[in-house]
Amino acid sequence: MGYQHTLDSRVWHFDDLKTLLAKASPYRSGDVLAGVAAESPVERTAARMALAELPLVRFLEEPMIPGEDDEVTRLILESHDARAFAAVAHLTVGDFRDWLLGEAADEATLTAIRPGLTPEMVAAVSKLMRNQDLISVARRCRVVTRFRNTIGLPGTLAMRLQPNHPADDPRGILAGVLDGLMYGCGDAVIGVNPVSDDMTTLAVLLESLDAVIQRFEIPTQACVLAHVTSQIEAINAGLPVDLVFQSIGGTEATNRSFGITLAMLREAREAALATSRGTLGSNVMYFETGQGSSLSANAHHGLDQQTCEARAYGVARAFEPLICNTVVGFIGPEYLHDGKQIIRAGLEDHFCGKILGLPIGCDACYTNHAEADADDMDTLMTLLATAGVTFLIGVPGADDVMLGYQSLSFHDALYLREVFGLRRAPEFEAWLERMDLVDSRGRLLPVTSRHPLLAIQT
Amino acid sequence: MDEFTSPAPSPPSQPTVIRDPWIGLRSLTPSRIALGRAGHALPTREVLAADEAHARARSAVHAPLDLDDLSTRLAAITKGEPPVRVCSAAPDRQRYLLRPDLGRRLSAESRAELTALPLEPEGCDLAIVVADGLSTTAVARHAAPVIEAILAGLPAACRLGPVVIASQARVALGDEIGQLLKARLVAVLIGERPGLSCQESLGIYLTWEPRPGRTDAERNCLSNIHPGGLSPAAAATRLWWLAGEARRLCTTGVALKDRSGEPGRLG
Repeated sequence: MGYQHTLDSRVWHFDDLKTLLAKASPYRSGDVLAGVAAESPVERTAARMALAELPLVRFLEEPMIPGEDDEVTRLILESHDARAFAAVAHLTVGDFRDWLLGEAADEATLTAIRPGLTPEMVAAVSKLMRNQDLISVARRCRVVTRFRNTIGLPGTLAMRLQPNHPADDPRGILAGVLDGLMYGCGDAVIGVNPVSDDMTTLAVLLESLDAVIQRFEIPTQACVLAHVTSQIEAINAGLPVDLVFQSIGGTEATNRSFGITLAMLREAREAALATSRGTLGSNVMYFETGQGSSLSANAHHGLDQQTCEARAYGVARAFEPLICNTVVGFIGPEYLHDGKQIIRAGLEDHFCGKILGLPIGCDACYTNHAEADADDMDTLMTLLATAGVTFLIGVPGADDVMLGYQSLSFHDALYLREVFGLRRAPEFEAWLERMDLVDSRGRLLPVTSRHPLLAIQT
Repeated sequence: MDEFTSPAPSPPSQPTVIRDPWIGLRSLTPSRIALGRAGHALPTREVLAADEAHARARSAVHAPLDLDDLSTRLAAITKGEPPVRVCSAAPDRQRYLLRPDLGRRLSAESRAELTALPLEPEGCDLAIVVADGLSTTAVARHAAPVIEAILAGLPAACRLGPVVIASQARVALGDEIGQLLKARLVAVLIGERPGLSCQESLGIYLTWEPRPGRTDAERNCLSNIHPGGLSPAAAATRLWWLAGEARRLCTTGVALKDRSGEPGRLG
C-alpha cells in the first residue's frame, strides 16, 4: 500500500511505510548514504504532511520489517499492549504530537500508555516534532531504576564514570576512577571499556573495580563493557559482575553483526539476577545504542537510521535495564555529519527512549573526523539537561584516551548541576557528603592531599 | 551604589584556579586527570590545551601517507617483493569519510591488478594488509615495526601472502583483498581514529576466510598499538595466539575468545 500527499498540485507518492518515514526524517548524512533520504526539502515536507495524516494504528498493521524475518519485529508486536494503546488508538501521527504537547499527557498518563506505544510510532511522531517539542515531552516522562542506588528521580542527573586506559592498566584506570569520584561522578555506573576482550583482562578489571566499591562502600555499580558472552562466562566463573553490558541494535541482523541474539540477552540477564548483587533493586542490564549501527552492518532493511534506533529501545526495554544510552556522535560523520545533526539526533534518541519507558542517557560525544566541537557538546548537554536526561557520560577532561573521541568532562557535570540545580542519585550523593567531597547542597568542597580516597592505589 | 561609586575590587585573596592534590597520579595514565578547576569549569590553560589537541587531531585525519617510503621499509623487512599497492573505490579523503561503502571495496583497477597477480594455487595462510584508515601517522610509525614483529614469530609451516598497502581503506576492504589472494586468514593493520591525546594508534583486525559480507562479529581486534598502549612485540604475540586458535576452530570473532593472557596459554 502506498501513501501520498499533494503539494501545489503535484502528487508526491511514497511506496510504503518505511519510505514515508525515511523521507519525513530531518536531513542527515546516514540516510543520504543509505539512499533513503528525501531528495529535496519539498519532498521532505510532503512526506511529513502525509505522515501527519497517518493513523497510529497503521504501524500495527504494516510492520516495516516482516516478523518472519526479524525477531525484533516479533518482540515489538508480541509485547504490544492493546489496552494501554486504547487512549491514543484513534489518533493520527499529527494528532498524537498535538496530544503529547497538551495537558492531557501528564506524567501518569505517559506512564500508562507506554506499553501501547511501539518504537515505530514514537519514531514517527518525533519526525514531526521540533527540538523544543522533543525536550518538553521527554521532560514529563519519569523512569526510575535501582541496583545499588536510585537512578532517575525528579531533579537528578546521574553520571557514568568512564576511566578508560589504552593498555587496560588497572592502576591507570583507578587513577581515572579517583578523578571522577573526586569530581562527584560515578552514580550511574563506573564503566570501563576494555581495549581487549581477553578474559584475563576482564577478570582483573572486574576484581579491581569491585574492590574499590567495597573498600570505600560506594553506593554504585561497576561494569566492564566486554562482549555479553564474555560477561556470562565471567559470572559463571564467579567473578563480580554488577551490570551486564551489551551494544544492541534495532534489527535482528544488526544484533547478529554484534554477535548477539535476544536469547543471549535473556541468558545474561538471568545469570546476573541469580547473583543478587543489587542491594536496592534488580535492574541488572546496561545497553548502548546509536543511530547508524544498522546501516553500518548493512542490516537496516531500507529503514531510516532513527527508526532503527527507536527499535533498539524496543529491545532494551524488554530487559528492564538500569541504564541505557545512545552514543550519539561516536559512529562518525558518515551517519551524523556535524554538530547540528548530532544535537538533533541526541534529542530524538532521548525523547524516543524516555517515552518508551527507558532510563535513557546520552554519551554526548564527537569524533575528530566529524564537523563538531566542544561548543556543540555544550549545546547538546544543556538541551539534554533541560529535557531531563537520566544520565550522561564523563571522561577525564572529556578526552577518552583509549577510544579516541571526546565525550563530556566531569567539569561539565558540575556546570549542569550549578545551572539547573540537579542532584546526584541520593544514596551516592549522601556518600559524597559523608566523604566530605560535597556540602549539603551537593556542591564540591575543597580537599587536601590527606583525603582518604587518595589512598585508592594502596 | 553604582559603578562610579563602588570601590575598585581588591586583588583576589584566593587563587583563581583550584588545584587537585592527586596530580601525582598523572604518571599512571595519559588521561587528563587532576586538571583543577576555575569555579566549576576547566581552567583556561586546559581549555586551550584541548583546543590545540583537537586542531592536531583534525589535521591528522587528512595527512597524506608517504607510500614510497613505507613500501621501501616494508620490502626491507620482508626481504621479498615490494608490497602490492591498491586503492579502495573512494577517490579522495572527503568521499572516503562520507562513503564507507566505497572504502570497503576495491577500485576496478586494483581489483584487476590483484586478480592478475601470480599466486600459489593453494593460496596462502595469512595475508597482511596495511590500511591507512583514519590515521596515516599510525601506519607510517607502527606498521613496519609491527610487521617485523609478526614475521619474527612466523611459524615454519605458515605460508605468507604478499603484503598489500591499501589507500582510503576501511577494515572490510581486507575481506575482498583476502579473498582475491586466496588467504585463509587476513590481518588488516589500520590507522585508528585520532584522539586528542594519541593520533598514532594502530589496530589489527583478524578475519578467518575473508570474503565480502563478513561482519564485525566475525573479526578479532587488537587495538591501541602505540607507545602508550600495546607494543609491537605484544601485538604480534597475541596475533599468533589468535591465528592459531582461528586455524584450530576455523573461525574468528565472537566465538574465538582471547585467552592469550591466561597462564600456560602462551608459549
